[in-house]
Amino acid sequence: MKKEVNLRKYHAPVWNEPIIMEIGRKGQRGILVPEAEEEIRKKLDDAESYISANMRRRELPKLPELAQPQVVRHYIHLTQEILGMDETIDISSGTCTMKYSPKVNEILAGMPQMADVHPFQDEDTIQGILEIIYKLDLICREISGMDYFTFQPGGGSQAIYTNACLLRAYYESKGELAQRDEVITTIFSHPVDTASPRTAGFKVISLMPNTKGYPDLDSLKSICSERTAGLFITNPEDTGIFNPGVQEFVNAVHEVGGLCFYDQANLNGIMGIARAREAGFDACHFNLHKTFSSPHGSLGPGCGAYGVKEELAKFLPVPVVTFNSEKYHLEYDKPSSIGKVREFLGNIEVVLKAYAWIMSMGAEGLLETAHVAVINNNYLEKLLLAIPGITKPYAEGKRRLDQVRYSFEKLKEDTGVGTIDVMNRMVDFGIVNYFPSHVPWIVSEPMTPEPCESYSKEDIEYWAAVIRQVSKEAYSNPEIVKTAPHNSSSHKIINAETIDEHPQLWALSWNAYLKKKRVGEENVKIKK
Amino acid sequence: MFKKVYPYIPNSVPEIKEEMLKEIGVKGVEELYEEIPKKLRLKRKLNIPKPFPDEYSLKKHVMSILSKNKTCEENLNFLGGGCWQHYIPAVCKEIMGRSEVLTAYAGEQYSDHGKFQIFFEYQSELAALVGMEVASLPTYSWGMAAGLVIRMASRITGRKEVLVSKTVAPERLSVIRNLCQPAAMPSHIDIKLVEYDIKTGLFNFDDLRRKISSKTAAVYIENPSYLGFIETQGKEISDIAHVNGAEFIVGVDPISMGVLSAPSDYGADIVVGTAQPLGIAMQCGGGELGFIAHSAGEKYVVENPTLMVTITDTVEEREYGFAWAGFDFRTSYGVRNESGKIRSESKDFTGTTSCLFAVGAAVYMALMGPQGFKEIGETIVLKSHYAIELLSEIKGVKVIFGPNSFKEFVVNFDETGRNVKDINKTLLNYNIFGGKDISKEFPELGNSALYCVTEIHTKEDIERLVNVLKEVLSK
Repeated sequence: MKKEVNLRKYHAPVWNEPIIMEIGRKGQRGILVPEAEEEIRKKLDDAESYISANMRRRELPKLPELAQPQVVRHYIHLTQEILGMDETIDISSGTCTMKYSPKVNEILAGMPQMADVHPFQDEDTIQGILEIIYKLDLICREISGMDYFTFQPGGGSQAIYTNACLLRAYYESKGELAQRDEVITTIFSHPVDTASPRTAGFKVISLMPNTKGYPDLDSLKSICSERTAGLFITNPEDTGIFNPGVQEFVNAVHEVGGLCFYDQANLNGIMGIARAREAGFDACHFNLHKTFSSPHGSLGPGCGAYGVKEELAKFLPVPVVTFNSEKYHLEYDKPSSIGKVREFLGNIEVVLKAYAWIMSMGAEGLLETAHVAVINNNYLEKLLLAIPGITKPYAEGKRRLDQVRYSFEKLKEDTGVGTIDVMNRMVDFGIVNYFPSHVPWIVSEPMTPEPCESYSKEDIEYWAAVIRQVSKEAYSNPEIVKTAPHNSSSHKIINAETIDEHPQLWALSWNAYLKKKRVGEENVKIKK
Repeated sequence: MFKKVYPYIPNSVPEIKEEMLKEIGVKGVEELYEEIPKKLRLKRKLNIPKPFPDEYSLKKHVMSILSKNKTCEENLNFLGGGCWQHYIPAVCKEIMGRSEVLTAYAGEQYSDHGKFQIFFEYQSELAALVGMEVASLPTYSWGMAAGLVIRMASRITGRKEVLVSKTVAPERLSVIRNLCQPAAMPSHIDIKLVEYDIKTGLFNFDDLRRKISSKTAAVYIENPSYLGFIETQGKEISDIAHVNGAEFIVGVDPISMGVLSAPSDYGADIVVGTAQPLGIAMQCGGGELGFIAHSAGEKYVVENPTLMVTITDTVEEREYGFAWAGFDFRTSYGVRNESGKIRSESKDFTGTTSCLFAVGAAVYMALMGPQGFKEIGETIVLKSHYAIELLSEIKGVKVIFGPNSFKEFVVNFDETGRNVKDINKTLLNYNIFGGKDISKEFPELGNSALYCVTEIHTKEDIERLVNVLKEVLSK
């Protein structure tokens, strides 16, 4: 017997919070700063005299002036107008693996032994941090089957870029760089598998799916050549579909002398089950802020843990952490290294949180994570496909793993309500809007939820019940969906469909906004 | 033994899993993995260390490792070089620690109205601080920001060379080199280093004039420089760049902006830097966020590949709304078109960067206000110059570029007969982290260290350093 789900009477806080520049009064201070001691001031001249006249700030920056209680209240109000993973059932953000970030790990990362450490300290004084980096490296090697990891990339995109930089170094060392200028990806891999190699200077070809939604081996073979530098793909793809022929893809690229990179930003569903090594990949990366629980931080800090096979190890960014059974060491002397992709060692606080999470789970826990993520996804699928208007395109009869790309095409045809409308309406029930799909939409009117292991059966049922409710509304009262949100912290913005594309509609700072407003008011006056 | 259920996995209770599997219509979880061929499976358990399943044991384990670190809290730290020790206001920690911002991610404007407003305010405050009209959301680091805007300048001008001051931070230069690509790549940007005056650190105009040409996309300097000196010829460099049709890019330390000229005052077109000094903990270099700021001119805005939020109106009277600006055509998220081909407008990559730190920096700028930045700048100038004066009095110790510096300065030990590595090892015994050894990075400056003094150093701290150095060097 199915339980009836009671939808909550949610309403987001509405503070109508002014822009911070609109609050406060001249002269108010949010914080005072230490002053140079009297003896120093007596001994030295005015600070100004140490700066040549042409280099002194002429007019102080136009920053807000507020006392501390008003600053705090302003930001507390604004944070209350955010649906973080802790506040909402974030099954919504598919491909992002919005798992719970344990609070104890935040406490650990906030310890002075992590937070108040300088990256250029003598390595004897950062043995703890180096140990954690080294130990996580060993763990990531085991999880992936790769031989060495670096944590320098500050996010998944930067890890993919690092891979492209390594490809350059690899082919340069073989004298083939000028010849190998093509990277191949698939349209259902993350767009950054296209963008990052392009930044590194490669041309990129995106394979379109075949009619069943799989990347096509013959299409791949037809574009593989002596110009192929590498393959950059995910598997399962964003659709949740696992390509069982992935090894043949890797082989095809290897046959023409290319290297294969496995974008494992999201490893959640196959952790401990299938590894990059067994599929033949030369390199891979994990987003520590996805699969390994470090919080997403409203878009970072993240970490793209990037691993390679032995053959590529000498090209990794410097420094590399080594261990001689007594001491950890930062090795800079690597003549073939690509140098740096980011300053210092990377987002080490993220590395620490990932290490702590893995050490709380163990091998069995990681496997349990994957299993429950996949069970949750299949359970959600069962609930969602029973709702009118939703379909699951491609790979009919085949199981998805950790996520599914659904389509609201039918709902749109039947009711005129599209996926963006549904997504906006969800917020009225206290659920963060779901992720439709990266652009371009290959699946029309897409929705990509990912119910990772952090969500209970009841959470999944609630999430599905919200979708069911919105579908019901679309068929009975589509206007309520199309004009949504109604219970959010703000209402529908004007020009919602066009603003992203039109720079003339933008005001990217308060100053620019005021200027625009003034010009607008002038124009009104002139017309009058 | 206790029965194993995972606190972070609600459905790890066996009865719940069974219920769900039954509803799905399979006998076991294995059936759900039928798409993964056997040959791709790992046929054994992962071989990773035994876990600490309870929170207490885990915390104890991690702390036992972390406690091997020495901190800048218990020791007296003079290291800087792109990551600096400043005071972090409690309010910054409080807001960054709020679970709403800490655990949010992909929510759009209606789910996360507050997040969008904070982003917009960060952009506005940072732009005001560095004297530009527009600032975007963070990229990973300062070096990344510098490399990305050099590439922007190359696209704007259609040119393939950049002139970079030779005093740029070596780590940043390495990041920039990767972004400018090796010479074999067709879109390679050639980096030409411009010499500096060994006495003052200032840009060498003869070398600049020799190297600049109609191929130059941009001239990039840092001010204050990595070596701490203030480049006073900004206007002249800017004029030469502009006469030659090149963009003028300036990297700044934002904490200096209450006392040092805004780069726009001496002609900068684009400003970059790291906002780490604005309320973000060092975290062994993890607290990085690069920023990019420029005019509101469309040629800059559309070429900036990082995320930006615009303010707008909603259907409700007197209500602000926010939206992404150019997410789909300016950033890498919209790099492909409907047939999988590259969109001609596509720029560089972006992604998950360091936006939580942008929240911290926004709070910091709001707390400080104009007067706070002026005062902190003055304090840093006075304290660092006090250190320069006292250090210069030590026999054999020379401060290079001292008279014209902000926060950092080069201390040369050539005449003491001791090398920086040894001196710093000895200072460690006194719980002092000496300045960064730059003898290998800048061999022309001899046996030197880059020292950093900020508002957190007291008069006593500085005097302790000087006294210990005297003692160490006299041995």
